[in-house]
Amino acid sequence: MRANRTLEIGTGLFVLLGFAALLFLTTQLPASGLKLGGAKAGFRVTADFDNIGDLKVGSPVTMSGVRLGEVTDIHFDPKDYKAVVTMRIDPQYKQIPEDSYASIETQGLLGGKYISLSPGGLDTYLKNDSTIEQTQSAIVLENLINKFFANYSSSSANQGSAQPNPGKPTDNSGKPESHK
Amino acid sequence: MNSGGIRGNYLLEGLRRLGSVALFLLQLLGQCVPVLGRPSLLLKQIYNAGARSLIIIMLSGLFVGMVLGLQGYDLLQRFGSEQALGIAAALGLLRELAPVITALLFAGRAGTALTSEIGLMRATDQLTAMEIMAVDPLRYVAAPRFLGGVIAMPLLAAIFSVIGLYGAQLVGVQLMGVDRGTFWSQTQGAVALHDVGEGLVKSLVFGVACSLIAVHEGYHADPTAEGVGLATTRTVVASSVLTLLLDYVLTAAFL
Repeated sequence: MRANRTLEIGTGLFVLLGFAALLFLTTQLPASGLKLGGAKAGFRVTADFDNIGDLKVGSPVTMSGVRLGEVTDIHFDPKDYKAVVTMRIDPQYKQIPEDSYASIETQGLLGGKYISLSPGGLDTYLKNDSTIEQTQSAIVLENLINKFFANYSSSSANQGSAQPNPGKPTDNSGKPESHK
Repeated sequence: MNSGGIRGNYLLEGLRRLGSVALFLLQLLGQCVPVLGRPSLLLKQIYNAGARSLIIIMLSGLFVGMVLGLQGYDLLQRFGSEQALGIAAALGLLRELAPVITALLFAGRAGTALTSEIGLMRATDQLTAMEIMAVDPLRYVAAPRFLGGVIAMPLLAAIFSVIGLYGAQLVGVQLMGVDRGTFWSQTQGAVALHDVGEGLVKSLVFGVACSLIAVHEGYHADPTAEGVGLATTRTVVASSVLTLLLDYVLTAAFL
């Protein structure tokens, strides 16, 4: 009887721990995973972007670096050729000005994309199904590098005698180069 | 079964063993439903295979996670992306390390116990005695042990993952100074449900493989002291090799 009791308690403990671990892994770890209690509360806001880079469903929506919500849906609008991003903002952030500015930024140098909101100046606030009008697309690193090299080669062609020196990118504003 | 012509012919012997394991699996699966009607038998085996492996699994998980945190940090900070440490640790643990290391530990900790226990029952004619009493040893000895292992393995792997993740967090956040919020939000952003599913399927398959081999080797061990010893060794070797082999196959199938 006693041995049976320890056995049952031990097994119970093990199974409980195991299922607790599974529950944690399936519900807490993946941002897009099954959420207990259905959809989280909050209000939905949409924004159109020209290019969203690799923004994903579940990417954070932040303001001043604080997480306000997450991206819940991304789809393509075939009329305007734009990406329509739907995000869920936590219900306690009711006072985000309606003319706030949404831009897609990168976490760290190579990290994932997230949406950063910058507050506008209006006294009317974002509510359910509002649209953020002012947006800035994701900065694609390759485009930036291409642009930089295009500028660089055209400016060095103008200078005529400049040596191509991609290892030391200097600005193109015509300042005299100080290094030898 | 062991006629002189076949002995020494490794190919045929290997084939025979494979066939014997496959048939044994079918027999066991046929006995699994009746075993569910005897939960006390199953409970005891889940306790043996699962609860008693808990300490070694948790300890190993903690240290594997801590090493992941240390190595991952060292590697990632060279690229200035140490905030991705959580992703590296979580995906590494969920997809690979937790199922594989749990299976290897399970083979060493629980598999050997199963083999030697059943092998000793065979050697001391307990299984034969059961048969004489019209009690099917497959149903009352083999199947509960098999099913107990299959149930215990995914739970053990899940516990391993969670403890490992906290181990990685312990080193990465507390020791190395990665931001805690970034660690978890990056992890949550990168881990999808199918990563958890991949680990779960893997550990389930490993559970079937390791338990099957352990029970089979014990059940068919030579009824001598040496035979039981050999069977126990074979359990560890076969389970480990099969786990790693299946791991490659499953990973290729999932990617």
